[in-house]
Amino acid sequence: MPSVSETPFRLLPQITPENEHFWTGGAEGELRFLHCAACDTLVHPPQPRCPQCLAGGLSPRAVSGRARVATFTVNHQPWIPGFDPPYVVAIVEIEEQRDVRLMTNLVGCDPEAVHIDMPVRVVFEARDEGIHIPLFEPDPRGGEADPSGGGGDADR
Amino acid sequence: MPIGERAAVLSGIGQSKVGRRLGVDPLALTLDACIGAIEDAGLSRDDIDGLSTYPGGMIAGAPGFTGAGIPEVQDALRLELDWFCGGAELPGQLGSVVNACAAVAAGLARHVLCFRTVWESTAQGGGSRRGIGVSSGGGGGFRASGFMQWSLPFGAASAANWIAMFARRHFHEFGTTREQLAWIAINARRNAARNPGAIYREPMSVDDYLAARLISTPFGLYDCDVPVDGCTAVIVSAAETARDLRQPPPRFEAVGTALRGRPSWDQFDDLTTMALRDAARMMWERTDLRPADVDVAELYDGFSFLAMAWLEALGFCGRGEGGPFVEGGARIAIDGEIPLNTQGGQLSAGRLHGYGFLHEAVVQLRGQGGERQVPGDPRVAVAAAGGGPLASSLLLVAD
Ligand SMILES: [Zn+2]
Repeated sequence: MPSVSETPFRLLPQITPENEHFWTGGAEGELRFLHCAACDTLVHPPQPRCPQCLAGGLSPRAVSGRARVATFTVNHQPWIPGFDPPYVVAIVEIEEQRDVRLMTNLVGCDPEAVHIDMPVRVVFEARDEGIHIPLFEPDPRGGEADPSGGGGDADR
Repeated sequence: MPIGERAAVLSGIGQSKVGRRLGVDPLALTLDACIGAIEDAGLSRDDIDGLSTYPGGMIAGAPGFTGAGIPEVQDALRLELDWFCGGAELPGQLGSVVNACAAVAAGLARHVLCFRTVWESTAQGGGSRRGIGVSSGGGGGFRASGFMQWSLPFGAASAANWIAMFARRHFHEFGTTREQLAWIAINARRNAARNPGAIYREPMSVDDYLAARLISTPFGLYDCDVPVDGCTAVIVSAAETARDLRQPPPRFEAVGTALRGRPSWDQFDDLTTMALRDAARMMWERTDLRPADVDVAELYDGFSFLAMAWLEALGFCGRGEGGPFVEGGARIAIDGEIPLNTQGGQLSAGRLHGYGFLHEAVVQLRGQGGERQVPGDPRVAVAAAGGGPLASSLLLVAD
């Protein structure tokens, strides 16, 4: 998957054993979530047990990186010194399981062109310590089904 | 099902000076409000055996988010307490008042002093508002953890961003417009003009609203409440003490505190509403009164859209109908079918963070609203506060 150049400044997550798969998966070009093999459910944020069936032993699984914009905002207020507006914050729904949502930034498009239900795909921004921030950009394949798409199909 | 909150009444209210950059010790503001509430109830501090607050002193929030905790107030007033509780993991700011009702109903206390202090205006230097959890300068060693790790790396550092996304989804599903949302802010400003204590009192038009600078679309400046310094205090008392009080107190008819969806700003099941949906539903499950019985609604407007979402959740209009309902402002005006935020809300009267709505509900039920008094001797009021995964609502009745 493509990567994008670094922005001048970005607040970074504290990496822990529980979230490492998510924040570093981009090094292999993969967007990863914990997956419950017992009930085929993606779990986010990371949990010690599956919240659906309470099984333990969840393991990271890569998904296709394709998603849809559930909602968004164009931020104009400078909240974080060095992280300059305007920028688009969105909540995207992962293609494999729509109730898995990520807050993210949309990149590679005019903020005025962003719309709800817009198909997007993940793109990683590499930072220090192996951290890869998952951002999303317009998906040139549009909303068509991708037969090579990975992950489960527990679209509920 | 026992409705335990009916054992409680709201016996007194107090409020400090409220304003921008007062430069006053927040504990001093707190004591002003607390002593005022005790006197208003006709009690003495020896009667106070319970103490409750939100969010308490042990929380890291934006500067000035909390001004005093339980131990400071207990010590400053030398209270002898049988029960106390302060914290932020509650169903919204008014969850601290619900705790007081529960303590009274359980016989743990007879008179609970509840307070909420903010000094965000002074603490933030009157400059632009900072993001939540953003250390000064965003320095090198900082790392986002807990739930903030899912938003801070993306610059979504404020509830303005998070709630703006709910508003956007509401616009998308129901056709709501900024021109409609404007009326939440315009109504607040109209009411503030009748409230000498409000912060912003100049008239506002739809054009003024639309011309304001954007904060986080669809929110502009006038969709966001105004940080202030101030404290509000109320006293929750056991109903059987009513004859000892200075005036007949409103009673708690029902409260709602439910959170049935995921406790999250981004994983909640319905992105057009929030936990307030669950709190409102629970409140109506605990009473035979209906939305049409409510005479005045004091609904949290930390952001304009939250008041619209509360109007829908509480059943004053249907789901998704908030835009057309508030458009033009007639229905929500002081002489309208459901007078809304009669003191000017947090949008124009200042961000007292939830407690200001409860204070105003009592003012209205007592008929002490002066120029902003709702006509017709209001008997039933709802005060509600919170957004995202935090919400509770209180139904008060003056018999
Ligand atoms: Zn499972």
